[in-house]
Amino acid sequence: MADTQAPTISSANPSANPSVNRRGPVTGTAATAKKRKKFFLLDLYGTAVGKKYVMAITGIAMMGFVLSHMIGNLKMYLGEEDINHYAEFLTRLGYPLAPENVVLWIMRAGLIGALLLHLHAAYSLTVMNRQARSVKYQSARDYQIANFASRSMRLTGITVLLFLVWHLLDFTFGVTNTLGDGDFDKHQVYDNVVRSFERVPVSAFYILANLALGVHLYHGAWSIFQSLGWNSPRFNQWRRMFATAFAAIVVVGNVSFPVAVLAGIVG
Amino acid sequence: MSHLSDIKLKIWRQAGPDEGGRFESYLVPSISDEASFLEMLDVLNEQLINEGREAVVFDHDCREGICGTCSLMIDGQAHGPQRGTATCQLHMRKFQSGAEIVIEPWRASAFPIIKDLMVDRSAFDRIVESGGFITAETGGAPDANLIPIPKPVADASMDAAACIGCGACVAACPNGAANLFTAAKVAHLSLLPQGQPERYKRVEAMVETMDEYFGSCTNHGECEAACPKEISIDVIALMHQDYRKSKFANRKTLSRS
Repeated sequence: MADTQAPTISSANPSANPSVNRRGPVTGTAATAKKRKKFFLLDLYGTAVGKKYVMAITGIAMMGFVLSHMIGNLKMYLGEEDINHYAEFLTRLGYPLAPENVVLWIMRAGLIGALLLHLHAAYSLTVMNRQARSVKYQSARDYQIANFASRSMRLTGITVLLFLVWHLLDFTFGVTNTLGDGDFDKHQVYDNVVRSFERVPVSAFYILANLALGVHLYHGAWSIFQSLGWNSPRFNQWRRMFATAFAAIVVVGNVSFPVAVLAGIVG
Repeated sequence: MSHLSDIKLKIWRQAGPDEGGRFESYLVPSISDEASFLEMLDVLNEQLINEGREAVVFDHDCREGICGTCSLMIDGQAHGPQRGTATCQLHMRKFQSGAEIVIEPWRASAFPIIKDLMVDRSAFDRIVESGGFITAETGGAPDANLIPIPKPVADASMDAAACIGCGACVAACPNGAANLFTAAKVAHLSLLPQGQPERYKRVEAMVETMDEYFGSCTNHGECEAACPKEISIDVIALMHQDYRKSKFANRKTLSRS
């Protein structure tokens, strides 16, 4: 499926639906709905439009997380005691109504579920899209509206996913963050962050991944409105601004941490 | 009136649906800048026939931008570099003398190539068919404006109904999705009172038929830019909303039976 200009390209296309050429009977009144035995939410998820709903809703959940994660981390600027106390507070969310860690784990389970659904929908839609154009254009395309962000959602998404794995290893499990005495204490948030970001390559990767996140959000946060069918002349002109502002706020907040550590403002 | 000279054409030639294809180069030595793009291809075909070669097959019919038969990916843009027009209304004045123009057919699995630049777009017919008819009173012709419709609603519906089904949206879409076409067909009825009785049944059937042939919408907006009728992707949002309602609200309605 190379985009190179091969001299001959077969249009024989096994994935093309053979029924394209079938002239079916023209239906009378609106076609009778297909009998489906699936639960209606699974039924909805079975179509591309439904999968985009899942992409959008899980996207909103994860946007809520990245924003509150960034805002919470701003406590870094208030000092060691504040951020460590905030981390401690998160484990006691809802306490004493709920036991320690329970509310936190419910939220984590929701996010893990959202991430898995987001990935599955993205994967299956990608497969569907590849099949929908099994023979690519043999000449260069000249895109008019599609921008770098919309064209690179898969690339930026995978970058953020790889970053997420590394980020957990760095700050949650401590595997890649034992520079000090070889031990890792996840409760010492402030020290862990400073120690990690003092390594320039780590900071560089962190900044790069956050830029990828920003690009992903720039298209994703706008795209949500279309996917969920939220379209109104009252707010249509604000959709792009919302996505830009959201992406910018998250990226600027997150990128400020390694910059502040490297500049000696924090630490 | 002036003339353009030495238009170099790189045209996709393919003998049949299952044959291999390739680009072939042709030269149109002189052409009026008032010629339409299709007239330029006519001139080329005359030239080829006089030389005893096979003419280039391409789709065309009304040549006034209303039938949706012409297609062509011209220099990587569906219907060529002019916004809001089909290939038949693209004129050679848009090009320069000595230009090299690359012409390719629409590419989508649902649009198999018949020959050269002509593709089979009957997958669109399958989508429209699945939508079925609307219920309407029979009998004598009703008076005009018997059903009051607010002007903005009638306008919005008409904007969607302008779709000529050319397939440029699918051709331009990086994913080969037909959401703009399907949404335009859904919107022009779902906005009007006459379209209400089957509204959710129709959108459900049409979206699910679309799914059998086409890719998915990732909101690039390329379809809107390519559309010769400049139909807005707002109709896609409307279709997504109606599809959701078909799974929730319509489910309740149907469960009463």
